[in-house]
Order: sequence, then structure tokens, then C-alpha cells
Amino acid sequence: MITWSNFVSQLFNGLALGALLALISSGLTIIYGTLGVLNLAHGAMFMLGGYAGYLAYDRTGSFVLAVIAGALFLLVVGIVMERVIIRYFYRRPPEDQLLVTFGLSICFVEIVRFFFSSLSKTVPPPKIFAGITNLGFMFYPTYRLAVVGVVALALIALFLILYKTRLGLIVRAGIEDSVMVDSLGINVDRVFMLVFGIGAMAAGFAGVVNAPVVSLAPDMGEAILVQTFVVVVIGGVGSFPGAVLGGLIAGEIISITSMINPGYAYVMLFAAMTLVLMVRPHGLLGVKGRE
Amino acid sequence: MNADRLGNTQRRFMVEGLTAAALIAAPFVLPHLGAAPDTVNRILVWGMFGLGFDILFGYTGLLSFGQSALYGTGGMVSAYLLTQAGFPHVVTALVIGTVAAAIVGYLVGLVALRRTGIYFAMITVAIAEVFFFVEFNPLSRWTGGENGLPGVPAPSIYLGFATLHFRSGWKLYPFIAFLYFIGIVVALRIVRSPVGAIFRAIRENPLRAAAVGHSVHAYKLCAFVIGAAYAGLAGGLLGVMQGFMPPDAFMFDTSGQLVIQTAIGGIGTLFGPLLGAAVWLFLQDFLQATLKLGATWKLVLGLIFVLLVCFLRRGIIGGLRDLYALVFRKGSAAREEQAAAAPAATPLRTRTAAAAAPSREGAHAAGPILKAVDLNKRYGGLVANADINFTVNRGELRGIIGPNGAGKSTFFKMLTCEVPPTSGRIEFGGRDITGMSVTDVCQLGLTKSYQVNQLFNRLTARENITIAALARLRGKFRLDMMGGLWNIPGLRGQVEHTLELVNLAGRPDTPVAELAYGEKRRLEVGLALASNPSLLLLDEPLAGMSPRERVETVQLLKSIGRGRTMIIIDHDMDSLFELVERVTVLQEGRVLVEGTPDEIKSNAEVQEAYLGGVREAAA
Repeated sequence: MITWSNFVSQLFNGLALGALLALISSGLTIIYGTLGVLNLAHGAMFMLGGYAGYLAYDRTGSFVLAVIAGALFLLVVGIVMERVIIRYFYRRPPEDQLLVTFGLSICFVEIVRFFFSSLSKTVPPPKIFAGITNLGFMFYPTYRLAVVGVVALALIALFLILYKTRLGLIVRAGIEDSVMVDSLGINVDRVFMLVFGIGAMAAGFAGVVNAPVVSLAPDMGEAILVQTFVVVVIGGVGSFPGAVLGGLIAGEIISITSMINPGYAYVMLFAAMTLVLMVRPHGLLGVKGRE
Repeated sequence: MNADRLGNTQRRFMVEGLTAAALIAAPFVLPHLGAAPDTVNRILVWGMFGLGFDILFGYTGLLSFGQSALYGTGGMVSAYLLTQAGFPHVVTALVIGTVAAAIVGYLVGLVALRRTGIYFAMITVAIAEVFFFVEFNPLSRWTGGENGLPGVPAPSIYLGFATLHFRSGWKLYPFIAFLYFIGIVVALRIVRSPVGAIFRAIRENPLRAAAVGHSVHAYKLCAFVIGAAYAGLAGGLLGVMQGFMPPDAFMFDTSGQLVIQTAIGGIGTLFGPLLGAAVWLFLQDFLQATLKLGATWKLVLGLIFVLLVCFLRRGIIGGLRDLYALVFRKGSAAREEQAAAAPAATPLRTRTAAAAAPSREGAHAAGPILKAVDLNKRYGGLVANADINFTVNRGELRGIIGPNGAGKSTFFKMLTCEVPPTSGRIEFGGRDITGMSVTDVCQLGLTKSYQVNQLFNRLTARENITIAALARLRGKFRLDMMGGLWNIPGLRGQVEHTLELVNLAGRPDTPVAELAYGEKRRLEVGLALASNPSLLLLDEPLAGMSPRERVETVQLLKSIGRGRTMIIIDHDMDSLFELVERVTVLQEGRVLVEGTPDEIKSNAEVQEAYLGGVREAAA
């Protein structure tokens, strides 16, 4: 039975999921926009973040350290991956980039399976956010509220990096016209490395923050990757605001449909994506010519 | 080159023949190598699945991660008919499953192909996931949900005097092998048909494929439906082979496995997926059972795959081909170089060939062929073209000059309908073409050679020209998938003629990547010429050429221009004035003046505005 408080709590769930998707999609979309590489290992990076956080929490018992460890670990993974493999693929056809990142995602998943087995792991929420909060009209898990807040902070941080720093200026310019940026004498090489690292870090951070909400499994990244793609298609490739808007839309669609019948969540998500493709092929906030 | 074509015909039957021989020999040879019949059948099913995928990805360049949706659809429809609906005929059920997958593929393609490149890949991933969930939940009443559909019967065929039962293992093998053989024969025909040639052109350069007059979207959809049909048939065979249709056929992993197997075996080879499946299943068995790696085998496979993409991007078959070429083609490369030296010495032959050039419509019928009325183009606040009125008569050779940024290229792009004008009207052959697509305009007989080469890079010079000629001879879309490329009347003549016209007849089988810059430039003009346009636009045909190449190319353009209508943009004024009869001067997006070359040379306004700097410098 759908009650009013049930509906509102699903709206909140949608907000939490949407914020998370927004963060992950931002990472994907700035990597694609700047480097021109669609990272099929992005979902696996989200999963890696969760496991890195789990390991750190397991050793130290501190959730804060877990979040820092997860984010930093993915920053390193991203930078290493870019230096060792991805940078040799900028000049190769986009299909090769898809194939190699797809292969890497398999490796990530199987490495985690090797060390942690397929059994799911859980990370408890930090003590201050444990339990439930009385919002006046309903009770809601405190940690999920915290997720919305923390992810919002992360999005603001990303926004500040993109819109208030020199690096961000270069990244945004690169999304509009990478050839031009290249010819302005900017060291694109280092920028690319940093962007890949930051994009990976966004996914890793989301992975840790999300860990107490779900249980960790090696193949959890696949579903997130698919949702992220839908977000990017809805929002528009290369658009940070588009990723945020798309994330929130996708989060709410999944949550509200799940309340009625979970089996149709993806169908509705897909229907929304198709609708956007019909009406605004470049995404809600996308700009023509960016792909 | 004729010898080569004959060789192709022989090789053509060789491929089919060798495939048949290998399929017949397999059950006698493979058991001695320790291969289980079920493994062999499984490899064939993956090979069948991969035929369609290779046409889609390897030939057309569309990397789909959503093939599992179609594989599952075909399999479930066939299995449902055989188990739930009490359908007696396995073959009929397989056919219906194939058709169902093709129809679903058409609908899915309509959505996925709204966007290209990266978007296409993302959308197909999403589609695969949606199908998985739909199969599991809303449709579980028909698909059995997570239980799948058990009890799929084995095929049996009644021959009138006896019934053949294909139960399982080696007994089922002939059935699957026969279907695979049909699958490969059909795939080979598609690949060798005009449609197959256009698929490759789309892979190499979709924009140019559209510009020479092919309906790229329709052909992509066609490739997608072909991929779907093969996937559907393979899915149906999976159910028949296992006696059970598993729901995990719909899983994203299925698509992933197909992509990996194709990449391992070799993309764009048709046999790649089959070989890749054999390698995959062998590795799985070897790593799991012999090396006792257990579940870790997938990690090893993932690493192998990454290394392969990094270092052997064309897979095993591609690698073997490259090796073969390296060892055996040294001699023929030397011969090609000899041939390359020859054409420079044969401009005379070219000129006589050009004299016989048949232009499509009576070129000398008087009156305007192109009219631009009050044409404007604005990009935001920037005015690229303003109030251009421009008329070209049939048979005229017109030049357009103007300083950089005068709006010449924008003007051309509007004439060929690559960009729509902000306002104004364009008439071609008395017909309003404003707002039409590049493809349609090219089909009407108006086309352009580009300022920056837009070629089909991995194809040879002859194949490039063929792509353009096909658009003229076949129209923008035709489904002659089963027809031979060279059976099209007039194609060979048109291609050879164009090659001679642009002086490339000496090395028609050289891939574009190996041509010299000047040759590429001539091929660029040839692509536009091959569709035998009634109006040809040339955007800076002399750009980037050495002085010697310029002289040659001007001769070439002169010979081409005989009996045609052409508009030429170029910065090399001496060459241009030598070529054309009338010149239009553009300045800051507007028509400054129009007249004969002599008038333009002596026009004070032009000297002031355009050559002013020169005069001052001289003074």
C-alpha cells in the first residue's frame, strides 16, 4: 500500500540515490568531455572505492579514514591507469578506448573477487549518523540524510574546482574545444592525468559513502555504470550541471517506480532516456557537437 | 588489377569451400584432439552470434554492448514456442525467433541510432540492462523468470522416407554446423555486396558517406537488424543445444563475452568470433581444470584481453594477416612504387579520357543551374554571409575568391546543405533545395570536394571511388545485400573512368593511408566526380600543394571542367584565373563584385579591398 509517508521517504531515497549518481556521473562526464575517453571501468572504480573503504574501516575502525582512503586510493588508481594505459589510447579510435576500459573493468572486478571472494561485505555507518531521525512527519535513516549532505558537499567541491580554479578553466575549455586548448601552449598532458584522477576519485568517494547503505559485491559496479550512462544521456555529455540534473531525475525515477513495482524501475528509466533522445537528442543541458 | 579481381572470385569460392570442408571434417578430427562435442556446438553458436556482431562492429564500426538483448529475445521466443505454445517444428520456431529478434532489433536500433559514437555505446548498454530486467520481472510469466525455459526439444527433420533426429552432442552437430554454414555464406554475400561496401565506408567516415549520397542512418539500421537476426538465431540454437533456455543469455556478461571473443579472434574478419569463442572456451577449460585456477581464470582472461587490445588490436586473424603481408608482400610493394612513378607522365591520356566525359544532364542546355537568393548565415552575433545573390549557368566555370574569413567555405556549406542558412533560398536545377539533407542534394547532382581531405582511409583508392559511384548508380538506399558488387551495370566503367580522370589509374589498389598528399587531394576530387554531378563545387583543390603539383592539378581540373559546371574556391589566383570564366569576389560575407578574370584583375574596388596590400607594397 502506498502511503503518504512511504512516498515521501521514497522521494528522499531518490534524492540520496540521485545525489550519488550525480557525483559518479560528473566524474564520468568530465573525463569524457576533457579526454574524449568513455571510461567503461567507471562502475568498477565505484566498486573499488567501496572495497578500499571497507578495508580501511576493517583495519582502523574509523569511517572518516575509510572515506579518505577510498577517495585517495581511486585518485591513485586513476592516475596510474591514465599514465600506464589510457594515454596511449587518445589517438586510437574510440572503439579501442571502449574495449580497453571494458577489459580493465573485468580485471578490477576479478581482482576484488580474488582477494575478497564473491560474498558481500558490509560497512556500518559511523556512530554519529547511526539510527533514525524524526523529521517531524516521518522517521528516516540518519545516515541516508548524511549521504545527501556529504555528496552535496562533494559536488560543491567539484563545482569549485571546475569553475573557480585554473585547472577547471582548462577542463571546461577543453570540453568545448580540445584542439584549441592544445594549441594555446597548455600542458594538456598533466591536465589529462589530473582530470582522470579526479574523475576516478569522484567515483571512489561515492563508492565509500554508499557502502553503509548497500552491501558490497564485486559486480556491484555494473548496475551503477548503466545508471550513470542513462544519467549522462539525459543530462548531456560533458555537462556538469547536466550530470547533476540527470542524476536527480534518474534517482527519483528509480525510487518512485520501485515503490510501485521494482521490476519496472529500469523500464521507466529507459523510457525517460528515450523520451529525452526524441525531444532533445543532445541531452537536457548538453550542447550540440560535444560528442 | 583484373588478375586481382579474378583472384578474388577464386578466393571467394575458396572461403566457402574451406569452411564446408572444415565443418565436415570437424567431427572426425576434433574428438582425437580431446574436444567434447558440446564444446564444439557451443563454439558454433557463439560463432553464429558473432557473424552478425562482426558485420555490425567490424564492418560498420558500431560497437554495441547490447547484443545480449537480441540473443535472449530470439532464444526466448523460440523456446517459448517450443515449450509453452506446443509448437512442433524446431526449424520454424528458430525462424520465428530470428524474425522476432530482427523486429526488436529494428525498434531498438531506431532509439540507439538516434545518436552516434559514444552515445550509441552507452545506449546499447542501457538497453541490454533493460531487457534483462524486463525478462526477469514483467515478462517472467512467459520467460520463466530466473528459472528459464526447460524442455526445449531437439530438432528432427522428416525427409519423407525417414526422420533425422538431431538429439545432442555429435548427433546435434550436423544441424548446427549446417546452419552455421548457411550463416557464413549469407554473411560473406552481405559483406561482398554493395551494401557491405557502404558499411565499410560508414565505418571509415560516416560524414563523407552521407555527403557522397548514401543514407547513412538507413544503412546503420540495416546493419543493426542483420546483427539482431544473427543474434536471434544463435539464441534459439542455444536453447535447442542445451534443451533449456537460460535466462542469463540476457545478462550484460553475454554481450561482454561476445565483444571479447570477437576482439580476440579478429574484428572485421567474420571468422574472428568463432576463433575467439574457441580460444575462450579452451582457456576456460585449461585455466580452470588444468591449472586449477578456479574462478581466477576470468582475471587471467581479462589481462589477456587488455594486453591484446593494447598490442594486437586486430586480433589473432588480423595479426596473422599482418604477418603474412609482412613476409610475402615485399615484392608487390616494390611493384606498386614503380606504378606510382608512372602516372605523372600520362596527363595526355587523361585529357582524352575527359573529352569523352558524359555529364549527367545535357550540360550545354542554357539557363541557370544554381541560384542563391538573399542568402544569410549568422553564428550568434557573427555574420558569416549576408544577402548573397548568386547565379551560375549550366556549363559555366566559376571561381570564388576572397580573403580569409570572407565566408567562402560557409557559402559552400550552405549550397551543399551541410549547414542551413539563417535566411534565404537556394535553388538547384529549378528546385528549391533549402533545408534538404546533404545526401539528398548529392543525389540530385550537387556535390563538393572538401578543403580538408575527407576520405575513407583504410580503403583503397578504387574502393573510395566505388563508394561514391555506388551512390549515383543505386540511389541513396537500396537493400541489394545478396547481389555482387560488380554486377551493378556501369559501375566498373564509372570507377575506372573516374580513376583515370584524376590520374590514379596507376595505383588503384593502394590504401589511402599510403597515398602521397597530392594523390589524396586528387582522390578527394575524384570522390566528388565519381557521382557524376551536374554541378561540382571544389573547395580549395590546390590547398597545400607544391608548385609542381599545382601545375599538374590545374591541368587536371581543366580537363575535368570540360563539359561540366563547376564552382571553385581557391587562394591561388593565377591558377584560378587561368581555370575559370567568371569570378565572384566575396568580402566580409558579402558579394563585392562579379566579372571575368580580366575585369576582376583590373577592378579598382577589388584591388582596393582585396589586393590593396599588394599595390601599396609595390608602390
